[in-house]
Amino acid sequence: MTLDFQELRLVDVTRTFGRRRALHKVSLTARAGTITALLGHNGAGKSTLLSIAATLLHVSSGVVQYGDVSAHAGGAALRSRIGLLGHDLYLYPELSAAENLAFFARIYGLDSVDARVDAALARAGLTDRRDEPVAGFSRGMRQKLAVERALIHEPRLLLLDEPFTGLDEAARSALRERLKVAREAGAIVLLTTHDVAAIEGLTDASLLLVDGKLAA
Amino acid sequence: MRAFARSVWVVTRKDILIETRTREIVFTTLFFALACVIVFAFGFVREGRPMDDVAAGILWIAIAFSGTLALGRAFERERQGETLRALLIAPIDRPALYLGKLLGILLLLAVVEIIIVPLVALMFQAPLFEHPLLMLGLLITGTVGFAAVGTLFAAMLVRARSRDVMLPVLLYPITVPVIIAGVRGTAALLQPVADLPMARAWLSMLVFFDVVFVTLALWTFEPVMTE
Amino acid sequence: MKKLFVPMTVVAAAMFAYAPFMILGAPYEATMGLVQKIFYFHVPSAMAMFLVAGISGTAAGIFLFSRKPSADRVSVAAAELTVMLGLIVMITGPLWARKAWGVWWQWDARLTSTLVMWMIFNAYLLLRRYGGPGSDKLAAAVALFGMANVPFVYWSVNVWRTLHPKTTVVPTLQAGMRGPFWFCVLAFVLVSMVILMLRVELEKRRQQLDELYLAVED
Repeated sequence: MTLDFQELRLVDVTRTFGRRRALHKVSLTARAGTITALLGHNGAGKSTLLSIAATLLHVSSGVVQYGDVSAHAGGAALRSRIGLLGHDLYLYPELSAAENLAFFARIYGLDSVDARVDAALARAGLTDRRDEPVAGFSRGMRQKLAVERALIHEPRLLLLDEPFTGLDEAARSALRERLKVAREAGAIVLLTTHDVAAIEGLTDASLLLVDGKLAA
Repeated sequence: MRAFARSVWVVTRKDILIETRTREIVFTTLFFALACVIVFAFGFVREGRPMDDVAAGILWIAIAFSGTLALGRAFERERQGETLRALLIAPIDRPALYLGKLLGILLLLAVVEIIIVPLVALMFQAPLFEHPLLMLGLLITGTVGFAAVGTLFAAMLVRARSRDVMLPVLLYPITVPVIIAGVRGTAALLQPVADLPMARAWLSMLVFFDVVFVTLALWTFEPVMTE
Repeated sequence: MKKLFVPMTVVAAAMFAYAPFMILGAPYEATMGLVQKIFYFHVPSAMAMFLVAGISGTAAGIFLFSRKPSADRVSVAAAELTVMLGLIVMITGPLWARKAWGVWWQWDARLTSTLVMWMIFNAYLLLRRYGGPGSDKLAAAVALFGMANVPFVYWSVNVWRTLHPKTTVVPTLQAGMRGPFWFCVLAFVLVSMVILMLRVELEKRRQQLDELYLAVED
């Protein structure tokens, strides 16, 4: 079940919801070892684009390619190479930090779960709070944990939806550093934000979405 | 095959872990079932004596109502933090996800039934334990049938509007055969001279229903959950 | 299919115009008198209802697995028709039953499974209306499950009790009644198909309208 790719390619991707066109002929290419930012106001189509890149949403028309593999053909093997972090963080508040990480590690079929969980906790700086329920964490701590959760299976493609929202400056720079580490490891990072200042000096490319279209 | 079973177990284990930690759904469902039984008792007990055949009906209605509640609550949990999305993007087979959630719900309902069944037997002087194997068979197959359809519907309604009211609206008509079989099968066992062949006939229908609908659910889970 | 639309409409209209004469001409049933003639509306409606319910469920299944919008259009149109015909069945039935059996309703296999099926298609329409975006797929699953469900309901209630005239009523109809009966069946089925085609066309126009809205934005 090994599948890998070096670039994500969207060609003329369009997505409509009834009478509303969320995305209109969007094309982009993102290569391994780069961080690309998708900018735009709320409702510009950023989250829709991310869902499509995550294979959670079908396109109305257009092509999504992961290297040589298309979204249809990918299946579970493709999903194992994708990491997604939404605004809602995808954490179980009743479980502890360690348990959340362990659950997702097992879901991704990883070996040596305990070692990976320990490493992830160390990277997030949460080792001393590993057994506390996530419900008691601050937003910044949860964010750090969520990022580690999204990266625990070392995905080739990392998608982040508004990751800087609600974070203080310390948390933001921690996140920036973490993303740089991921980039060094060869990940394709695609993140959305409506806050240009947060990504200063971080991204290799920036794209602006206006009403579902890429501004030139 | 083994990987499949492992995936199912990982999902179920997580649900069990959360539930044992908070015990929220178990307690609320249990007390709701109890409230159901009591409220229906007021409707059907005359002069301190329960009307005949009422125990079977009350038992299964309590199971259906509290089952719907439990399903709603269980998937509400996956809605918080949008963890269902995280599960859908994981490399886990969709059917494995479905089965994992289904098993979790079944365990929960089993706990509720372990308390409610003796309670109904007591409160309505109904000899529910005369034929324990058949009774257990009916309870298991009936609960599986109800939960199998319910898990699919609750999962697909997670992102829909009006999901709280939609679940019963969708679920009850489709699980009518389960309720009929459960009630009539139980009632057959409660007769002064238990009608065992009848109870067995209902049990067979439930088994058949379970096979058909679990298969149908496994089959439709993937297309229904992807947009 | 579209070419047949006008001839079908004409034939169906003509049949409906002629039907009352046929029905009046048919022999009076011994015990029930005039009320029995409801039978000429009730049973054909029921047959048409099950036909369109089957169409809806099948189209729903196709939509779920092929994602073709045309299948979805047929499914929703047939579901609406099922609910409508069901309403006719459930109103004419009790009117007949009151005279024939002395009660408005009975819990037997035929009635109950028809009622449950009607409720399932109501649920289908409610879901599409109030479920928010994406509910067309969900509703399709409901229709599919609903269809799979009908034999179980029928069997369950059958074992439970039976009072409804058995299917054998139709073959044992008096000679004079058979003609009008099958005439009415054909008329109802034709009308159902005509309405179905109209409704599918309406749905198609709605989708075309959406596409035009989108095109205007360009």
